[in-house]
Amino acid sequence: MTLPLTRRRFIQRKIEESVFKVLMAASMFIVIGCLLLIVGTMIWKGLPALNLAMVTQTPKGGYYLGREGGILNAIMGSLYLASGATLLSLIFSLPVVLFINLYTRKNSRLAELTRFSFDVLWGIPSIVYGAFGFIIMMFLGLRASLLAGIVTVALVEFPIMSRAMDEVIRMVPRPLLDASYSLGATKLETALKVVIRQCLPGILTAVLIAFGRGIGDAASVLFTAGFTDRLPTSLFQPAATLPLAIFFQLGTPFPEVQQRAYASAAVLTAMILLISLLARGLVKKSTKHIIK
Amino acid sequence: MEIKSHISIQSLSVFFGQQRVLKDITIDIPDKKITVIIGPSGCGKTTLLKSLNRLLDPLDGVKVSGKIFVDGEDIYDPKIEVTHIRKKMGLLSQRPQALPMSIYDNVAYGPRIHGHKDKKRLDKIVAHHLQLAGLWDEVKDRLGEPASRLSVGQQQRLCLARGLAVEPEIILGDEPTSALDPQSSQNVERRLAELKKDYTVIVVTHILRQAKRIADYIAFLYLGELVEHGPAQTIFSNPTDPRTRAYLTGEIS
Amino acid sequence: MRLFKDTLARKTMFVLAFIPGLIVLLMLFGLFLKARPILADKPFFSLLFSSAWAPSRGEFGLFPFIMGTLWVTFVALIMAVPVSLLAAIYLSEYAPRFIREFTKPVIDLLAGLPSVIYGVWGVLLIVPFVSQLLAPLFGAQSSGYSILAGGLVLAIMIFPTIISVCLEVFFSIPYEMRETSLSLGATKWETVRHVVLKKGRQGIIAAVVLGLSRAFGETMAVLMVVGNIPRVPKSVFDGGYPLPALIANNYGEMMSVPLYDSALMLAAGVLLLVILFFNILARFVLIRVERSAE
Repeated sequence: MTLPLTRRRFIQRKIEESVFKVLMAASMFIVIGCLLLIVGTMIWKGLPALNLAMVTQTPKGGYYLGREGGILNAIMGSLYLASGATLLSLIFSLPVVLFINLYTRKNSRLAELTRFSFDVLWGIPSIVYGAFGFIIMMFLGLRASLLAGIVTVALVEFPIMSRAMDEVIRMVPRPLLDASYSLGATKLETALKVVIRQCLPGILTAVLIAFGRGIGDAASVLFTAGFTDRLPTSLFQPAATLPLAIFFQLGTPFPEVQQRAYASAAVLTAMILLISLLARGLVKKSTKHIIK
Repeated sequence: MEIKSHISIQSLSVFFGQQRVLKDITIDIPDKKITVIIGPSGCGKTTLLKSLNRLLDPLDGVKVSGKIFVDGEDIYDPKIEVTHIRKKMGLLSQRPQALPMSIYDNVAYGPRIHGHKDKKRLDKIVAHHLQLAGLWDEVKDRLGEPASRLSVGQQQRLCLARGLAVEPEIILGDEPTSALDPQSSQNVERRLAELKKDYTVIVVTHILRQAKRIADYIAFLYLGELVEHGPAQTIFSNPTDPRTRAYLTGEIS
Repeated sequence: MRLFKDTLARKTMFVLAFIPGLIVLLMLFGLFLKARPILADKPFFSLLFSSAWAPSRGEFGLFPFIMGTLWVTFVALIMAVPVSLLAAIYLSEYAPRFIREFTKPVIDLLAGLPSVIYGVWGVLLIVPFVSQLLAPLFGAQSSGYSILAGGLVLAIMIFPTIISVCLEVFFSIPYEMRETSLSLGATKWETVRHVVLKKGRQGIIAAVVLGLSRAFGETMAVLMVVGNIPRVPKSVFDGGYPLPALIANNYGEMMSVPLYDSALMLAAGVLLLVILFFNILARFVLIRVERSAE
């Protein structure tokens, strides 16, 4: 019983493969092309309108009508807010991730549940966090303020940071932990002295990724941080954020102001690119203490 | 023993990156006999096997030099179509890897890919080859079940049936019984012995006793080099190279 | 003393570990608590299915917004799924290492770009593209601020989600399976079709569901290009008004009109429930896929 390897069938298979190869190439082109297009457009449109005044001044009177000023309020506001949020998130993230990796049994239900919760929280859109943050604000009697923004964005950042950290900390080789325990170290000491040192680049990357999200996210601060033309001076005053500044400037009917929106967008894009590069650089760089 | 060669390997060298894993191998594999490649683990046996059906191609950083002639064609000739070569060779892996489909579809996979669409024809092919592999009686009533439900021994025989269904000329076995219990191992060995009537069989094993049971021809591979090869009788009773002797007596493993 | 610190740390962390789960529950609780007033006033289903949206008159029909969300998500998925899937297949099965390494940062960047940036870009490029190129092509009139624009921008935003989950799924499929198919004489593409896609089918669906749920909740970018017209869209060239955009646009006024804030909280609650549902479903599937690979 011989199988006929017909010429026709063979050509058929080849054609099918070629068609899909073309489609795959097109898809890759689309994906990479979109990124280049987006970043390119931001730079191309934003750079011309960008000048020193933009980044060093706060909006003066009539800024949104076309007169002078800059977006320093938003830049500083975002930096403060993202820093605060990232710190707050770190305070909860690190212990929880260390706990599920070091203090639970293998395949523990609690660890599974927690990881699952991280994944679920990660998928919740920031508008919902914003609405929730708003409810908390009302509940605590806070007005729209830097503090409210920090708490809300911390909630957004929490799953992002935790997941990223968990990925790294899980990877710590068991023999390394055993070596520490067998020297008589407690779990806490092992966690603080060995694990953190071993995973430092990964932890920093997780922090950076979360920070990047904190700077760029608009929907969560919309309700909670308010907006102001002044630099952030107190936790209980509203604070400007870069994404909202972009949004508001774009919304005016004045072309000069819209130009500034593009410039602000370019600034934000540049910040995100920088953070991304840093995060990547950290991943590649092995500090001298790491054990493979 | 009159040896007609089916596969002729000439100066085959394989590099994984900078490391030379197979060093200048030259050997003629006799037709319709069981050739067993023996040697300590990690010395290139599996690589040699995989170079025969060009499974080294998709791997990153692998370079192959030399020629391998099967029925007179150099299988590494760029003009040759790779799927054509692979169809000639049936591979039985160490750990049986069932495809994610039913028992029937596993065996029918190869024939379907190569053009068979007629249901009755396929039914016959599936039944015939499951019988050849000695699995038919156990599965004939549940051909539609997922292949993953079979035991390891049954899966290995399924892989045999599947490999035979594409009508290869050569059967390659990479430690085909090392994952099986003694009963299933015996089963597979028996099948291979029957199959050599129609197919050229090349088996890689690190179990010397298995080699002694089934081999007609032996090739001893050590650290990537083809140290010695010849008819099984000769090699086992009178090895010429000291390394061969050391391996056969268990000094090196 | 050391032991004490250790025990203290352990107990604290144990408590903290419940926080993620707690947050989810709190959110649901809080949102629906705030939504109670309006639920007391009107039956739930009339809110969901009524198209009457006039907050000052006390009418809060959410139907146009639900439809807006569905339309825009659907358009986004139609475009994103084939492209993402093909790209993931290419990256996993065909691409040489350097292309794979090069594309990783690209995907990370796409994922990390803030929503507003996508929005600005959408306004700059996509809106005119729709109004000047696509609409005339199909014989339609459009300002460009449309479901199509929203869908296009969303599609690009969910590329990274679908691609990265698909890549994880493909990675979990043992190489030997592919080898087996190849050794039977199948071409690479046939191997992809019959082995990779088949074994990965559930995971791919999970990836799509995760992409869908991301598209559902995306706010800023869509808001900026979708037109924000509170009517059920009749075509992709019409403007629409997805739920997240509704919540975002009106929070300013919601305190001044009775029941408005309650309605918006209800909208947020509904959004949360739907997204939770999809997310949990997809995650369960992915866990099963991971387990079967071990």
